[in-house]
Amino acid sequence: MDKMPRWADVVLIPLISILLAAVLSALVILAIGENPIAALKLMVQGSLGSTYGWGYTLYYATSFMFTGLAVAVAYHARMFNIGGEGQAMVGGLGVALVLLFIPFPHWTLALVVAIAAAALFGAAWAAIPAYLQAARGSHVVITTIMFNFIAAAFLNYMLVNTLRPQGAMDPATERFSPNVHLPTLHEMLVPFGINFSKAAPANFSLVVAIIACVLVWVLIWRTKLGYEIRAYGHSESGALYAGISPFKIIMIAMLISGALAGCMAINNVMGEAERLVLNATENAGFIGIAVALMGRNHPFGVFLAAILFGFLYQGGAELALWTSIPRELITVIQALVILFTGALDNMVRMPLEKLFLAMRRRGA
Amino acid sequence: MDFLTLIQVLDSTIRLTTPLLLACLAGLYSERAGIFDIGLEGKMLAAAFFSAAVAYVSGSVWLGLGAGIVSSVVLSGLHGLASITFRGNQLISGLAVTMLAQGFTVLVAQDWFSQGGRTPSLSGGARFTGITLPFADTLAPVPFIGPIYAELISGHSILVYLAFALVPLTWWVLFRTRFGLRLRAVGENPAAVDTAGVSVTGLRFSAVIICGVLCGIAGAYLSTALQAGFVKEMTAGRGYIALAALIFAKWRPWHALWACLLFGLLQAIALRYQSINLGGIVIPVQVMDALPYILTVVILAGFVGKAIPPRAGGEPYVKER
Repeated sequence: MDKMPRWADVVLIPLISILLAAVLSALVILAIGENPIAALKLMVQGSLGSTYGWGYTLYYATSFMFTGLAVAVAYHARMFNIGGEGQAMVGGLGVALVLLFIPFPHWTLALVVAIAAAALFGAAWAAIPAYLQAARGSHVVITTIMFNFIAAAFLNYMLVNTLRPQGAMDPATERFSPNVHLPTLHEMLVPFGINFSKAAPANFSLVVAIIACVLVWVLIWRTKLGYEIRAYGHSESGALYAGISPFKIIMIAMLISGALAGCMAINNVMGEAERLVLNATENAGFIGIAVALMGRNHPFGVFLAAILFGFLYQGGAELALWTSIPRELITVIQALVILFTGALDNMVRMPLEKLFLAMRRRGA
Repeated sequence: MDFLTLIQVLDSTIRLTTPLLLACLAGLYSERAGIFDIGLEGKMLAAAFFSAAVAYVSGSVWLGLGAGIVSSVVLSGLHGLASITFRGNQLISGLAVTMLAQGFTVLVAQDWFSQGGRTPSLSGGARFTGITLPFADTLAPVPFIGPIYAELISGHSILVYLAFALVPLTWWVLFRTRFGLRLRAVGENPAAVDTAGVSVTGLRFSAVIICGVLCGIAGAYLSTALQAGFVKEMTAGRGYIALAALIFAKWRPWHALWACLLFGLLQAIALRYQSINLGGIVIPVQVMDALPYILTVVILAGFVGKAIPPRAGGEPYVKER
C-alpha cells in the first residue's frame, strides 16, 4: 500500500520544496538589506508583466525544456545524465556547421536539418559515456562530468582556431545567412493580430520544444521501448528476467537524452544568437537537472518547471538591473531547489508520510 | 628548454598541484567511507571566498584560514545531512552544494565589498607568504642542486608543505590505524561494520568532516597564497580535476600524489605555453586543458587498469530492522 496519495507525491512535495527554497531565498534577500516582497513584485513585473518579459521568459524556458527532458529521459532508465551542458555545446557546433556550410533556400528546411544535426552531435557526445557505462560499467555521472570539460576545451579550440573568421578578435563563428532566420514570436503572432514584443528572443523553437515534450511523453508511457526503459529503471534484475537487454536500454536512453540536450542549440544558436559564440549554453544543461527534479521527470512537469525557471532567470536579470541583488541569487535558488527536491527529498517526504498515515488511521 | 625554465615550470607545478592534492585527499577520505562527493569544487570555492574575506577584514591570514575551513565544513555537514541522515542522492547533493557555493560567494561578496563579486586584494599579513627553508640562500650558488633546493623546494607557503605532508599521513591513518580500517570497511561493507557495533553514521560523518577541513585548506590556499584575493568562480574546475585525480589514483593516497603532480604539471605547461611544438606536430593549449579529463575517462573505461570505486560508494546505509 502506498503511504500517501499520488497527488501528494506529484504536487505537494515539489510545492513544499519550492516553498522552502523561496523562504530561504527571501531570508537571503533580507540579509543583504533588500525587501523580498518588493523583489518578488519586480521579478513578476519584469518577466511576466509585458510581452517583452514573456519573450525572455519563454526563450529561457525553451532551452530548459530541452535540457530538462534530456535529464528526465535518462532518469527513467536510472541514469543521471549530468552532461547536458557538454551535449548542448556540441549540439551547437552541429547546428553551426550545417547552417554555415549548406546554403538553405528557406528556414523550414534549415530547421529540419539543424534539428537533425543538433540531435546527432548531442547524441554522439553522450554515446561514449553511455557505451562505457553499458559495456564497462564506468560511472556515467563521472564520465559525463569529464565530457563537459572536454566539450568546453573542444569548442574553445574550434572557435578560436578553426571557425573564427579571418581577422576577427571575438572567438565566434560568422553570422548565419538571413535565409535561416527562425521566426520570432513577434513574427509568428502578427498574423493573429497580437503585437508581441519585437526585441524579445523567444522564437519558433518554443513550438519544437513543446512537440518534444509530447513526443517524450508518448515514448515513455505509450511505447514498448518506453516501457522497457521504465522497467529497467525500476529494477535491473527484473528487466533482465523479462528479457530486456541492459546494454540496449542504457545506450538508447542516453542517446535520446544526448539528442534532446543537443536540440537546445536550435533555440540559443539558431534562434537567438544566429552564430555560435563561446559559452553559448550559459549553464542551461545544469538547470535542466533542477527542471527535471522539480517536474518529477514527467514531460508536463518539465514543461511547467521550465517556465518557472524561465521566470526565475528573466526575473533575476531584472533584479540585477534595478536593485543591488546580483544575478547569482538565481543560482542560489536553483541550488536550493535541487537540494530540496533531489537530495533532501526524504526530509520533506518523511513527515508528510507520517501525517498521511495518521490521517488515514483516524479515518479508518 | 634550458635548466632554469625547467625549474620554473616545476616550481609552478608544485604551486598548482597543492590545491588539487588537498582536494583530492579530501575526496579520498569521503569516498573511502562510501560517500561520493562531486561537491569538492563548491567547498573549495566557499572556503576561498570566506578565507579571503575574513583575512582582508581582520588582516590575519590565520583567521582567514579558519573561516575558510568553517565554511567548507558547513557545506560538508549539509552534504552529510542529505546523504547520510536523509539517505538522499549523494550526486545530486554534491551538485547542489557546488551551485550553492557558486551563487552564494558572489552574492555575499557583492554585498560586503561591492566590487563585482570579488574581495579587495590582500597584502601583508592577510596572505600566506613563502617560507625560506634553512640554508636555501647558502646553497643557491651550488650548481644543479642549488637551484633545485633554493627555487624548487624552498620558498613555498606553509600550506604547500602541509599538503605534501598529508600524503604519508593519510596513508598512515587509512592503512595503519583502527580508525582507518573502519573507515575503509564502512565504504566497502557498512553492514559488517554495523554488526561489529561501530556506528556507520558516526564514521561517515567524521569522514565527511575531514573532507570539509581539507577542502577548506585547499580553498584558503587558492585565495590567500596562490592568488591575492577572491574572484568569482576562481576554483575554475579544480574540484573536478581533483575528482579526476582521485579516480586516476584509484582511491589510494600515494597514487593521488602522482596523479595530482601530473595534472598540476599539465596546468603549469598550459599556463606557460600557448601551444607546444613537438617536432612538427603542434599541440594546442586546449588539449592540455582537456587532458586530465581524457586520461580519467580512459582509466575509468578500464583499458589501462580498471578503477574500481569503494563497493558501498553512493549507497545510503539502511539499518535492517
